Amino acid sequence: MSGFIIITLIVLVFIVIYQIGKASEYAAIIRGEEKVNASTNRTIAILLVVTFLLSMWGIWMCNDLFKGRLLPVAACATGVNYDMMFNMTTLVTGIVFFLTQAVLFWFAFRYRSTGEKRTTFFFPHNNKLEIIWTTIPAIAMAILVAIGLRNWFDVTSPAPAEATVVEIVGKQFNWLIRYPGKDNELGKRDFHKINDANNILGLDWSDPHNMDDIIAQNGELHVVVNRPVKLLIGSRDVIHDVGLPHFRMKMDAVPGITTTLWFTPTITTDSMKSITHNPDFVYEISCDQVCGKGHYSMRGTVIVQTQADYDKWMAAQQTYYSQNAPGATPPAAPAATPADAPKKDTTKPVTMK
Amino acid sequence: MSNHEIIIDGPNIAHGAESATDHHGHEHHEQHFIWKYIFSQDHKMISKQFLVTGIIWAIIGALMSVFFRLQLGFPDSTFPIMEKFLGDWAKGGKLTPEFYYALITMHGTILVFFVLTAGLSGTFANLLIPFQVGARDMASPFMNMLSYWFFFAASILMFTSLFVETGPASGGWTTYPPLSALKEASLGSGVGMDLWLLSMALFVVSSLLGGLNYITTVLNMRTKGMTMTRLPLTIWALFFTAVLGVLSFPVLFSGLVLLIFDRNFGTSFYLSEIFIGGKALPHVGGSAILYQHLFWFLGHPEVYIIMLPGMGMASEVLSTNSRKPIFGYFAMIISLIGITLLAFLVWAHHMFVTGMSPFLGSIFVLLTLLIAVPSAVKVFNWLTTIWRGNIRFTPAMLFALGFVSLFISGGLTGIFLGNSALDIHLHDTYFVVAHFHIVMGVSAFFGMFAGIYHWFPKMFGRFMNNSIGYIHFFITFIGAYLIFWPMHYEGIAGMPRRYYDYSAWESFKHFQGINAFISIVAIIVFFTQLLFVVNFFTSIFRGRKLTTMNPWGSTTLEWTTPIHPPHGNWVGEIPEVYRWPYDYKDDGHGNDFVPQTVPLKPGEEAH
Repeated sequence: MSGFIIITLIVLVFIVIYQIGKASEYAAIIRGEEKVNASTNRTIAILLVVTFLLSMWGIWMCNDLFKGRLLPVAACATGVNYDMMFNMTTLVTGIVFFLTQAVLFWFAFRYRSTGEKRTTFFFPHNNKLEIIWTTIPAIAMAILVAIGLRNWFDVTSPAPAEATVVEIVGKQFNWLIRYPGKDNELGKRDFHKINDANNILGLDWSDPHNMDDIIAQNGELHVVVNRPVKLLIGSRDVIHDVGLPHFRMKMDAVPGITTTLWFTPTITTDSMKSITHNPDFVYEISCDQVCGKGHYSMRGTVIVQTQADYDKWMAAQQTYYSQNAPGATPPAAPAATPADAPKKDTTKPVTMK
Repeated sequence: MSNHEIIIDGPNIAHGAESATDHHGHEHHEQHFIWKYIFSQDHKMISKQFLVTGIIWAIIGALMSVFFRLQLGFPDSTFPIMEKFLGDWAKGGKLTPEFYYALITMHGTILVFFVLTAGLSGTFANLLIPFQVGARDMASPFMNMLSYWFFFAASILMFTSLFVETGPASGGWTTYPPLSALKEASLGSGVGMDLWLLSMALFVVSSLLGGLNYITTVLNMRTKGMTMTRLPLTIWALFFTAVLGVLSFPVLFSGLVLLIFDRNFGTSFYLSEIFIGGKALPHVGGSAILYQHLFWFLGHPEVYIIMLPGMGMASEVLSTNSRKPIFGYFAMIISLIGITLLAFLVWAHHMFVTGMSPFLGSIFVLLTLLIAVPSAVKVFNWLTTIWRGNIRFTPAMLFALGFVSLFISGGLTGIFLGNSALDIHLHDTYFVVAHFHIVMGVSAFFGMFAGIYHWFPKMFGRFMNNSIGYIHFFITFIGAYLIFWPMHYEGIAGMPRRYYDYSAWESFKHFQGINAFISIVAIIVFFTQLLFVVNFFTSIFRGRKLTTMNPWGSTTLEWTTPIHPPHGNWVGEIPEVYRWPYDYKDDGHGNDFVPQTVPLKPGEEAH
């Protein structure tokens, strides 16, 4: 019922506006076009200036509203560089923005027609001006490009040799994270061997490096603070993207291709909780390439820990082999799970309300 | 004037004595309703067909955005009206995630292709090219008619896809495989995607038919005295738009054909090592990134196809309503050339985070930031055009000024995204959504509105209502900034695009209030566009009639035709052109402009 009333209201408002429009048209004809044009022009010009001033105030308000509600300090060195580069670009484009918009609205107001016959300044071209305002933007772009490319090559450089290598594979609709285990090497995997019941990444059990690999199906990426980590990124089905906003990084996960990204986290999750005054703070991994109806629910987390905390967590993990290899006896490896630990499926689907 | 005479015998025939008699013959010939209104070969009627179809699609595409903005703004609420419109897709008054993704996909597809390409280029290239170059019609009126009807056929297929059981395509308007290739990956990748592909194939045919016609007409059918450097900037812009389309749409077509093959004929162009629906697929060796290259090779020129006509029309409207020549006519042409060339060389800036070689990425950064330079030149030239002018604020003029303001805003954020190191963080966030909406969704639309308000009198012999036009401008201008400005901040915070719901995200859930605000403004702006549509259609029948052939005091040729131009545009011979189109200066007889058709006075220098 209320929907019907709303529609009726809207239709009535339309009719009113339409009648106002028609009426003002007749009034204009009666009063004479010349006078109307001059007074309309003045009204519109003033409205334009008011719009501009209100917009400037609006931008100020918006900046104020969002201050402190964006991202906290970047949690890696390349991220800090990112923020510096971003701020500089904002400064340069911001100056251009304010100058050009102000000029646009000022000229519109200042040179409005007032009804009196006036000749305009016949100014068809001026090559000197064209050269000036071609060269200055070109130089500004060149500077921004130089700084940008320096950062780009830095971020996309090969990871240092001592980086911990971790694999993260996206699938509809969660992240699977594989740690290399004690031998520090990820074993081979083959998509033909994938089985959602007991071989979720298709690990090739004939490769001994797979035996100690650990797979976190809850999307938790554990990393040690101040130690570089290199992510090997893949996908089981469609294109996903590992998005790490707090580190200012992301990289597509493409089936059939392994992409990489590396960074050195500098702020632990606990430190960030106090920095942001938010006890619920957690670094999140967002999927940043549309991948189907669950795209918005592909949430992972990054747990940045001290070496000690990381070791403690790692010690409590079961190898995927011990949980899932069909009929095999779990190898008596150190730091293996207690013999009577039940097989646990740690997949935790994120539920939406 | 038959095609044979125009094409085979050459353009000069159009100006011969025969045309006068031939034309008298035409005037007495009553055309049947079908040939006059439906399968018309007259560029003026075809342009109206494109415009009306474009307006209908715009309403549909915008209505979709109202629905998904209700979900984004109020994720915890239900809206029974949605269930009335969408049935099971919005059971209980809440969009299903699957259909949310279908809506955003179709919103993008409809607005980018059906409204801002066909509805914008199709309308104004058809309307203005023959008029402003001084031709009786296009080089091939028959191909022109076909270009509309292929567009219509594409529209039927795309519209049908909205109603199939598994839903329309839902992998984003960019339809990347494997998501769009595999029925198992998404409901929308079923029949809906097949229809999308067929529709787009027909759409490409329509664009090519149109584009070839526009290029040929501009090059071959200019009237006597109309050298290339006496063409209005609208024509230059529409010309380069057509060049962009003719060279890039076929590449999209090839990408779509390969996708059709992967979907239906067992090939692996884009597919490799996939496990889905409980089994490993047999495809190996393909690359999903190949599709992205083929798509964006069109995709980037496409956004310039959308921008350029508006740039041309804004130049025209700003100049006419400031009573001043456009500043830097040649610089404007050169910058159009620069933009056209560079448009083909920057496509991979949409792919910086696909894992491409960093060196390759750096090349695209250089080329992308290069393209900012001619765009900047154009902005400065527009500003100088209105400087010391005598500005008359028609609704068209307001939209042209708004076009410049929005192009500045949207263009500047492009500088962030074109710099690959900055793009890493901003890619696929709301910063991108804000950028392309301001520059395509608003600025290009403002160019379109400026064109509609300005040339409506030529199309229909009546004016649109000014007061409603002013209301339309101010609410849309302010509303659009209110909608898209806050999105930049959300993007800087890393908030991803194409998400159904942010409530479970610690990093993004606090933007809920802003999202609600944006949705409310969006709904208000949507209704304001309906106001424009009402103004448009009622003015066709009851708008204030024109009393003079040249209500805006413009110099270009279309205003030398009768108020209701007949088939063949001019009664009698086509006028000869003696000067460039921007002689807004004292003509010595009390007028402040000199039309292109007025010969040079003895001693007067041509520009």
